[in-house]
Amino acid sequence: MKNSKKFALLGNKKPLKLDSGKNLRNFKIAYQTYGKLNKNKNNAILICHALSGDQYAAGQNPITKKTGWWSKAIGPNLPIDTNKFFVICSNILGGCLGSIGPKELNPITKKEYNMSFPVITIRDMVNAQKMLIDELCIKKLFSVIGGSAGGFQVLQWAASYPESIVSAIPIATSFRHSAQNIAFHEVGRQAIMSDPDWCNGNYINKKKRPEKGLSVARMLAHITYLSEEAFQRKFGRNLQNKVSLAYGFKTDFQVESYLKHQGLAFVDRFDANSYLYITRAMDYFDLASQKKGGLKKIYKNTPVKFCVISFTSDWVYPTKYSKEIVDSLNVVGADVSFVEIQTDKGHDAFLLDEKEFNETVEGFLKANASKEGF
Amino acid sequence: MNRLDFEIIKNVIKNNSRVLDVGCETGELLKFLNKEKKIDGRGLEISQKNVNICVKHGLSVVQGDADKDLVSYPPKSFDFVILSQTLQATHSPENVLNELVRISKHAIVSFPNFGSWLVRLKLLIKGVMPKSDSLPHTWYTTPNIHLCTIKDFKKLCNKNSINIKESFYLNKNGKKINNPLKKKFNNFFSTSGLFVLKK
Repeated sequence: MKNSKKFALLGNKKPLKLDSGKNLRNFKIAYQTYGKLNKNKNNAILICHALSGDQYAAGQNPITKKTGWWSKAIGPNLPIDTNKFFVICSNILGGCLGSIGPKELNPITKKEYNMSFPVITIRDMVNAQKMLIDELCIKKLFSVIGGSAGGFQVLQWAASYPESIVSAIPIATSFRHSAQNIAFHEVGRQAIMSDPDWCNGNYINKKKRPEKGLSVARMLAHITYLSEEAFQRKFGRNLQNKVSLAYGFKTDFQVESYLKHQGLAFVDRFDANSYLYITRAMDYFDLASQKKGGLKKIYKNTPVKFCVISFTSDWVYPTKYSKEIVDSLNVVGADVSFVEIQTDKGHDAFLLDEKEFNETVEGFLKANASKEGF
Repeated sequence: MNRLDFEIIKNVIKNNSRVLDVGCETGELLKFLNKEKKIDGRGLEISQKNVNICVKHGLSVVQGDADKDLVSYPPKSFDFVILSQTLQATHSPENVLNELVRISKHAIVSFPNFGSWLVRLKLLIKGVMPKSDSLPHTWYTTPNIHLCTIKDFKKLCNKNSINIKESFYLNKNGKKINNPLKKKFNNFFSTSGLFVLKK
C-alpha cells in the first residue's frame, strides 16, 4: 500500500470543456492506485473523495504522514479489497494536492491562477476523471464509490457515463445542495475572504496565508460533520487542562480545543482558494436540474446497479435526500439497494469503522463481482 | 414462510417476470425465485440487518416499510408483488392491499387465518389468546396487530373491488387443502390462506 506521486497529463488532444464555457488544456490530475488491474480490465474501482479529501485514500499520506483518509475501508481483506479490486483515487479538479487548481501555474501566464482559475462544477470534476480513466485504458469501471461530495461525483458519473460503470455506491450524500448546505459554505468562504492575509486570493505571491480564515471555515464545517450526540459523548462539558472555569476567553472547554486543533491541522494541508472553488462547485450541484423531468429522466433505463447508503445522524445530507434518490430509481425500475445505517457519529460516519456500513459495501461489491465473473 | 409456501408462489409466478417481495426478510424467496423462475427481483424490508444480508447476497433490496414506502412505486411497475404472512402486521392493511394491486399486475398475499378451527377451539376451551405454529407469539409480544379470518379478508377485497383470481387454502403443515368439503368450509379448516389478487 505504498503511495508514489502519480499524475496524468490530460487535455492535450482535446480540451476539457467546463460547464462555465471555458476550456482547460494540458492539465495535470494527480492520482493513486492500489491493487492490480486484472487481465480483462474489469476490476477497477474509482474512489471519489470529498471536499477536504485527496488521492491518498489508503496507505500513508506523504504530506500529513498519517494513514490515508479511507484506509479503514481500502486494503487487502478490507471492504474494498485490494486483493480483488484495482482501486483508483484521483485528486479532484480544483484540488490542491497535485491536480490542476487555483494554486497551480497557468501555463499561459506562468503565474499561479489564484482567483483567475475558472469556476468549476462537480460535472467538470467527473469529466476530468473520465479523461483519466480513458488515459488508463479502462473502458468500464466496476464501481464508482464516494461519500459526501464524493457521492455527488458518483451520482454524476451514473448520470453522465452510465455505460462506463457497472455499479455505483453513493454514500451520505444528496442530489443537490440545500439552502442550509449553501449557507454553511458561504460562512466558511466569508471567513476566508475576510481574512486580511487572503489578499484578494493572491496570498501566495505576497508570501502570506489566510490561516485564520481557513481554520475558522474548517471549524464551522467540522461541527456539521459530527452529530449533537457525538459531540456530547466525546466532550460533554469537560474542561481542557484545568479544573475550573478561567473566566476568560481562552480555551476553557475540550470541545473548543478540539475544534481549534482541527482548524490548525487543516491549514497545513489545504489551500484556501481550493476550498473556495470546491465549496462553490458543491453549491452549484443540482443533479435534478440537469434534465427536464429531474432524476427520473436522468436515470431512465439506467444499467447501473446502485447501492445507496445513508446514516441516521447525518444532518448535512440527511436520509431523506438518499430516499428521494432511491424513490426516483424505483420509479424508473433501476436496480437499487438502499441501506440506512444506525449511528450517532453524524455525517463523518462513512470515514469511521462502522461495522454495518463495511459489511454492506463489502457484500454489495463481492456479490456483483461474482456476477461479473471475477 | 415455509418451503411449501415457496412452491405455491413459484407455480403462480411466470418466468422472467418483475417481482417485488414486500417484507423479504433475508431474501430466501427472492433467491429461490431467481433460481427457479429467473425473475427480475426486488425486495422491500424493514430490518436493516436483513437488508444487509440481502445486499451481501447480491439482491436488490431497499430498506423501507410496507405501510409507508409502497407509494413511491409507479402504477403496475411489477408483474407480481408478494406480501407473505405480513398483512396482519401492517398498520393499515386496507391501504397496503390497495397499494399492492396498484403497483403490480398481480398481488400474492398470504396470512394466518384467525378463523381456523384450531384457533377457535383454543379460544373457546382455554379462554386465552391462541398460539400456534403460524401464530407463535404471546398477545403482548405479537407484531400481529390486525389479525383477520379468510372471510374478513374476502370482505375487505370485495369492499375495495379487488378481484381474487386464485385461492389456496393451507393446512397447519402448509399443504394445500384438496378435500372438497374442507375447501368449501375453508374459513374453518385452513390455517392460512394464499390469494392472487388483481385490480
